[in-house]
Amino acid sequence: MFFDWSAIPGALPILWQGMIVTLQITLVGVVVGVLLGTLLALFRLSPSRLLSWFSATYVTVFRSIPLVMVLFWFHLVLIPLVVGLLFPGRRLELRFITALTAFSLFEASYYAEIIRAGILSVTKGQFSAGLALGMNRRQVMRLVILPQALRRMVPLLLTQAIILFQDSTLVYVINLDDFFRKAYNVGNTVGTLNELILFAGAVYLVICTLASGCVRQLHRKLTVLTVK
Amino acid sequence: MALHTLLLTSFDAFTALSQANHFSLLASHFSPNAALIAGFDFSVFLRPSPESALNNLSYLLVGLGWSLLLALASWVVAFVIGSVIGVMRTLPGRILPFIGACYVELFRNIPLLVQLFIWFFVIPDMTPLLGDWFKQKVPPIWQEFIAGTACLGLFTAARIAEQVRAGIGSLGAGQVGAGLALGLKRRQVYLLVLLPVAYRILIPTLTSEFLNLIKNTAVASTIGYVELAQRSASMAETTSRVYEAFAAGTLLYAILNLLVMALARGLERFTALPGFLGGRR
Amino acid sequence: MISIRNVSKWYGEFQALKKCSTEVDKGEVVVICGPSGSGKSTLIKCVNGLESFHEGEIWVDGISVADRKTDLPKLRSRVGMVFQHFELFPHLSILDNITLAQCRVLGRSRKQAVEKAVQLLEMVGLAEQRPKFPAQLSGGQQQRVAIARALAMDPIAMLFDEPTSALDPEMINEVLDVMVNLAQSGMTMLVVTHEMGFAKRVADRVIFMDRGEVVEDQPKQTFFENPETDRARQFLSKILTH
Repeated sequence: MFFDWSAIPGALPILWQGMIVTLQITLVGVVVGVLLGTLLALFRLSPSRLLSWFSATYVTVFRSIPLVMVLFWFHLVLIPLVVGLLFPGRRLELRFITALTAFSLFEASYYAEIIRAGILSVTKGQFSAGLALGMNRRQVMRLVILPQALRRMVPLLLTQAIILFQDSTLVYVINLDDFFRKAYNVGNTVGTLNELILFAGAVYLVICTLASGCVRQLHRKLTVLTVK
Repeated sequence: MALHTLLLTSFDAFTALSQANHFSLLASHFSPNAALIAGFDFSVFLRPSPESALNNLSYLLVGLGWSLLLALASWVVAFVIGSVIGVMRTLPGRILPFIGACYVELFRNIPLLVQLFIWFFVIPDMTPLLGDWFKQKVPPIWQEFIAGTACLGLFTAARIAEQVRAGIGSLGAGQVGAGLALGLKRRQVYLLVLLPVAYRILIPTLTSEFLNLIKNTAVASTIGYVELAQRSASMAETTSRVYEAFAAGTLLYAILNLLVMALARGLERFTALPGFLGGRR
Repeated sequence: MISIRNVSKWYGEFQALKKCSTEVDKGEVVVICGPSGSGKSTLIKCVNGLESFHEGEIWVDGISVADRKTDLPKLRSRVGMVFQHFELFPHLSILDNITLAQCRVLGRSRKQAVEKAVQLLEMVGLAEQRPKFPAQLSGGQQQRVAIARALAMDPIAMLFDEPTSALDPEMINEVLDVMVNLAQSGMTMLVVTHEMGFAKRVADRVIFMDRGEVVEDQPKQTFFENPETDRARQFLSKILTH
């Protein structure tokens, strides 16, 4: 059982390129996901039946199908659509945009639920108190509810971001080169596939363990400040 | 492998039934034009799939079957190991909870896909006897199945462990104290007092975990396991009817979701304690 | 029967019990009272080993609680405990709550256990509730079942940790009545409680604890009429004006 790690140092630049792709997907997925998710959460909580129904359907649909299938769907549907509009563009670019879009829209449904739960966890009493002071709905939301809700949500949002970071590996199914795919390719080419897979696993393990440790610390700090 | 043949035979029997009279008869009532609703061609489901001897709809249904099979096998592994680790984390002392914590951290911080590849590529290479048998003697589909079960089982076990830990924790130290005060040994307290109540509380969370597991089976497509998501995609490619293919795939996952949730609700009602957690008074 | 000698316990820097000592003879009823945080619950939980302690000794019927070789489950099966929050097992019926430990720990047959359970339920006045589940009973009823559950083990002594503190006022008496009957039947009892009426009725001795120390340890009469320490005097004056 001998391991040959020699391929790794030389491959670091390539792997780093892949990591950049991974980080980009994660970042865009989180930012757009949170923005869109907030919108969806507010829709769901709004008095408008149409908006509420739309949000509920969106969330239910995206949460009942695998991410893999969402990626396939965007890959096989988005490309024909876009290609139909523009001239055949560079394939790689399209895959990247596919990934960004798919992840953003998919994660939005998960973020929507976290945000909605966070908003609901702030008691009705707070809402009434705000209204009683003469604020309108939007003001109460912005000045009273959301600040409290955010405190509770932030650890969960960050945890979801870590999950997204891990899920980004699934771009494998649309042949996009993220960190893991690069590692796999290098391993295949050089012949030390096992070593590269283990290396990639170790990298993810270290990053995610550190990240979730930080989130736990943050959670502890935030919990002290919330009123029970 | 007798099981292999049995499964394939039952799947083929099912599809033969669906193919035979029912659907074809239905289709023959409609002209090809009627089957085109708003530009969608639903008759595509009845046309033979180039991938196998079945029609497209059955092709997808068989995929659903394989997804479900993987999910169930993984669930058994996950539930057993997850319960053990979850209990370990609630025991007094330092060693066992620490081991449990390490397990959970390890399996939660490596992406599922990477874990799958480790099980499928790395571990068979690394284990001397079993690994060679795995690579040479086991048919590909079962290789993928075993790797998938091991991967999803242990991955999900980490999540179940956390839930079991929380469930037991929510019962409070009082129940443990009461059990111990009667002279029960710790093992008895867990088996007779804590777990029966904890599992009841956990039915909703465990259900959602199982639904997650079903979705995660799609990842197995990366090592060639032909489950539903992969089949939706390949049907979309071969028939060029992307919307229909994915609509069907989505619908099948959704239906499976609803079935599982209905079963869970039934289980909750069946195990409900009078007056407790919403059971009958 | 129960011998507590110089018991001390620390939670990190904080000392919860400071050299506590007392004796409970067979048939005696001893009440422990005091403000919250005085360590009374901690002390009583040390007696059956649910809490550990760092210094001192506790002997129950000649067996040392802290000794590594002591079979704690066996000891616990001989000493009954009743908790502030009843702690009935919610997934078992009333009857099964009482028979569980009888069968699993004492090895009694199901028939014997059920007989005993029914007898005890009649004694506490809840015989018709046997098929019900804890969540269907009121607090006072649950606590009476808890007492029956502990008694089913034929204990040599009973420990009560604030048995009525979590009850609505109108249910306190039904539980105290059961405890009074138990005391009058000659059971050795160590009771942590705020119910001074109960103490006055059946206690032999009263112990007052404050900040982890046993401050007073007197026969009932002496405690109520002529407490030695100021702290005890203050406590009594505050409690008894209600």
